[in-house]
Amino acid sequence: MGPLIPLVIPESLDLVLALFIGLGFGFVLEQAGFSSSRRLAGVFYGYDFTVLRVFFTAAVTAMTGVILLEAFGFLDLTAVFINPLWVKPAILGGVIMGVGFILGGYCPGTSVCAAAIGKIDALWFIGGSLLGIFAFGEAFGRFQAFFTSTARGPVKVFESLGISMGAFAFLLILMAVGAFWATTRIERKVAGEQAPSATFRSMPHVLAGVGVVLLGAVLAFLPDHRTRLQRRVADPAFQAAHPVPVMDADELAFRLVDRDPTLQLLDLRPAADFKPTAFPGALNLGAGDLFTREPGVALTDRRLLKVVVAEDEARARQGALLLQELGYEQVACLKGGWPSFAHLYLQDTPFVPTGGREDATVQAFRESARVQLAALIQARRASEKPAAPKAARAIKGGC
Amino acid sequence: MPSRPHMNPYLAGFLLGLVLLATIFLTGRGLGASGAAKSGVVAAVACVAPDHAAKAPFYAPSVGEGKPSPLKNWLVFEVAGVLVGAFLSGLVSGRLTWKTEGGPQVSSHRRWLFAALGGALFGIGAQLARGCTSGAALSGMAVLSSAGFVTMMAIFGTGYAVAWFGRHLWIARKGGQ
Repeated sequence: MGPLIPLVIPESLDLVLALFIGLGFGFVLEQAGFSSSRRLAGVFYGYDFTVLRVFFTAAVTAMTGVILLEAFGFLDLTAVFINPLWVKPAILGGVIMGVGFILGGYCPGTSVCAAAIGKIDALWFIGGSLLGIFAFGEAFGRFQAFFTSTARGPVKVFESLGISMGAFAFLLILMAVGAFWATTRIERKVAGEQAPSATFRSMPHVLAGVGVVLLGAVLAFLPDHRTRLQRRVADPAFQAAHPVPVMDADELAFRLVDRDPTLQLLDLRPAADFKPTAFPGALNLGAGDLFTREPGVALTDRRLLKVVVAEDEARARQGALLLQELGYEQVACLKGGWPSFAHLYLQDTPFVPTGGREDATVQAFRESARVQLAALIQARRASEKPAAPKAARAIKGGC
Repeated sequence: MPSRPHMNPYLAGFLLGLVLLATIFLTGRGLGASGAAKSGVVAAVACVAPDHAAKAPFYAPSVGEGKPSPLKNWLVFEVAGVLVGAFLSGLVSGRLTWKTEGGPQVSSHRRWLFAALGGALFGIGAQLARGCTSGAALSGMAVLSSAGFVTMMAIFGTGYAVAWFGRHLWIARKGGQ
């Protein structure tokens, strides 16, 4: 599952990769004509809408790719850098950049492209931007408060608008295709024969536009990966066809008391229920965490027997089945859910003889295990630092 | 030198989108540009005035004992790649030439002045918005972040709003020349 760095591709190759990615970025920008300030500025005067075409197409392409990769489980979006929003600095910064665009005719990325092929004005632009950053850095102390004001965190645009990711993508695609059509008409009116779009053959462009809109419609109705899997594992017919190994309370207690190093408890109960009865090494996960790479080796280590615990057996079974469907191995669920285990081992329940030959052994084990399990819970509580806040994962990115 | 025409913009946009998508899939982050310039400024300040860099809140987080050089940074390497990639593209398309380009009635000196001014504003704005057209707007939009859309709309909205004032920089005066 992507992103491939650092789990599949080692971190040490990060910078080498950056160089090659930049190479592709620079080549495509230059081929698109982004090394020409006259062409870039044209988007604001109606004589050349290349910037809008390239920029909007690139954003839609990458966004569609991200949505499709995520929908089919190839990309963990929680491990991808989502630009956090500081409302006022983002707007004011954008306004200043907008004025800079009109005066300078470049943006930072395109100025590098232009300088690479010998544009002297681009060198002046780069010099100016270095000075601008220096001035910003020197004055930074005075408006630091503004810089960190109106923080909203890494919010996603479709969440802010209250619609689904796919529906938003469809709307954006419609807007893009509409803008392509409208700006081409404007461009031909303003620049006539000189318009870049005057050389476009209309048939392939119309076909591509229709195709993209159809793809957008598919995106709008694509059930996402999570909902699809969750629906599947909740389906009784699917459950019958895909049995999950079960572990009963006695075996779990035995392995816990035995401090079995290959046992990994995955507890899906709410944190408030989990905390007072947490065993050493047990992980408390929300149902959504199973889809991310957050649990790490607890899920991926094949030597570990992952026992899923939940409020009841049905939920534990669905959790375990979900893990199996996601490709994790050695998964089991607790028979009878947490209550059956708590009933036998955490509460003082009198032993109910079954009349079997092993009654005495079982009774003796349960009584001694009760004491040892209580000690284990105590040990975990003692080892835990009081109210340690969950350290934020550092996802690198941004300018 | 005969230069070849530019690529069809939709094809170029599609390819650019694939580069961005590959970047996200491989590294979990987007493309950028202005961050590299910041690294350059931080490195220069740390070299010329190390004491000042260690104290000022803008530079301090990225300099100091045991920290790698500010130039050993993802975006610095990426922008180095952009330079090489754009140069290669200019080479294969016959566009390598020293030249100043601007509006039809703008002298070179005037163009340089305004380019530097625009660059300065872009440098300040990109620091404030935590990213420029590539890092905040394009990459931000690809991962559907609100920040990406807000920054994009602010940049281009302002561009259109003030375009009239800068029209003589880019288009010919009516009745002139």
